[in-house]
Amino acid sequence: MISRSQRRLGRSILLHLVLTPLALVWLFPLWMMVVFSTMPDYGIFSPGIELLPHDNFLDNVNNLQRDTNFIGAIGISVSVAVTYTFLSVLLTSMAGWALARYEFLGKRLVVAIILGTITLPYAVVLIPQFIMVARDFQLANTWIALIVPPLFNSLGVLFMRQAFSMMPAELFDAARVEGVKEWRIFLFVALPLARPMLAALAIILFLASWNNYLWPLLINSQPGAMTAPVALGTLIGLTKVSWGGLMAGAVMLTVPMLIVFVLLQRHFIAGIAAGAVK
Amino acid sequence: MRYRNATAYRFLTPYLLIFAVFWIWPIISSFLISFQATRTVPWRFAPTFNWGRLIGDSAFFNALKNTLLILVIQVPVMISLAIVMAVLLNSPLLKARGLYRFAFFAPVVVGEVAYSAVFRLMFSLDFGIVNKLLNSVGLPKVDWFSNVTPAMALIMIAVTWRWAGYNAIIILAGLQSIPEDVYEAATLDRVSKVKQFFHITLPLLKPVIVFCAVLSIIGTMQLFTEPFLITERGGPGGGTETLGLLLYRQGFRSLNFGYASAIAYTMAGLAIAITLVQLWLTREPK
Repeated sequence: MISRSQRRLGRSILLHLVLTPLALVWLFPLWMMVVFSTMPDYGIFSPGIELLPHDNFLDNVNNLQRDTNFIGAIGISVSVAVTYTFLSVLLTSMAGWALARYEFLGKRLVVAIILGTITLPYAVVLIPQFIMVARDFQLANTWIALIVPPLFNSLGVLFMRQAFSMMPAELFDAARVEGVKEWRIFLFVALPLARPMLAALAIILFLASWNNYLWPLLINSQPGAMTAPVALGTLIGLTKVSWGGLMAGAVMLTVPMLIVFVLLQRHFIAGIAAGAVK
Repeated sequence: MRYRNATAYRFLTPYLLIFAVFWIWPIISSFLISFQATRTVPWRFAPTFNWGRLIGDSAFFNALKNTLLILVIQVPVMISLAIVMAVLLNSPLLKARGLYRFAFFAPVVVGEVAYSAVFRLMFSLDFGIVNKLLNSVGLPKVDWFSNVTPAMALIMIAVTWRWAGYNAIIILAGLQSIPEDVYEAATLDRVSKVKQFFHITLPLLKPVIVFCAVLSIIGTMQLFTEPFLITERGGPGGGTETLGLLLYRQGFRSLNFGYASAIAYTMAGLAIAITLVQLWLTREPK
């Protein structure tokens, strides 16, 4: 007779036998990115199989910096992502607050328009956005062009509306009875209570801005105005380019986000899973 | 709640302004531009100029065919894989859960450019680690970039690697919302784990899975960066050209805004159709 605990053990071993190879395959590209970033170019193009890191990372960073001003581009990317995240969290939580806590004329129309257009592909607005920003406003290759148009994103509005509408009304009514102004209730009562949701939203927005490629590629194509992904993208496919340098750039884009992911995993996963909560 | 129009709009207006200027107006504008001939100055109204061209354009049908082919193969494979990941990650028997979660969820934070560069290097013909590993176990090298079938496979592999974990996160959240006692009752009635999966888990997950499928279809439909960077502008010879890439080429290389808008609205039409199918699939039973 096979006992229950033996069956459990068998199932557990089987589970790990299936999951471990899959996990290794999934980690492999990230591992190889790190390995490549530490190898000299002649090492990358040698016939042998190299699976362990070397010590050429700083030289590769220098090679990358020679190919394109990557450090400058990182500076632009960081500033843009920080500003975008702050503005977007502020705008969408204000809008979410209004939709969650007030009754007003046109409310159903606003919600219907947001929900009705949320699954439209981004490609649809790309051309008019480009014409408007580049030709009508003459703002190509500026920070405003990178920060302002992507603020239309409405996921945050729905996310914060959900967060605020789950809070008990008595909380805010008590403050109103004492004569506290609405914007103070929002700033000093509602926002602090929503801190976990704000954190989740901020992480998702920061990541989206940090990794954004298509819009910055179109609108900020001049060398001095490029974000880091765009600058790195210009090197892919060139013949005379340092692949070790390219990989060092990929590591600089990715590893900080991986660290943030590990440290703030709970908020990250909450933010992504909430995308599913409509 | 009392009506508070002024207060509400004070909170709403900053967002609504941006939303109107950079989302609602472009949606309308793009539709109007698709009916104009935009290569003449000034643009002129010519309703069949772009749409007529679209119907007869073999480049458009090639891109449409490739996009749909990727959709039909990649999305089901990825969603199935994501379900497997989520179910296994949810098992109480799993040790070192954090490590496995990291392995599957980490690609979610990796940018398109960074991973495109890595995949390009990993799959290169003579120096790529993938071909070296294939060789070392006695398999022939694959020329991932010069032949259409392997190039398409490469795009699908790359997208699946990047997005499977993302979907697994959503499905895992769905799994964890299924009450424990449903399974306890089934176990008491001696229903096998496999049967429980097919008769309890999958039906209860259906809305979540349909949601993931719709998100993935709409995402894959706009696929741009991977064929742009990994297979070098949709190569070989247009073999991995997608609608997203064609739109880029027409809109921003040839500066043919009218035609690009028609392509964009074709994608929108597909997206609307898919959303309607979703609503129909997850409708409340009467």
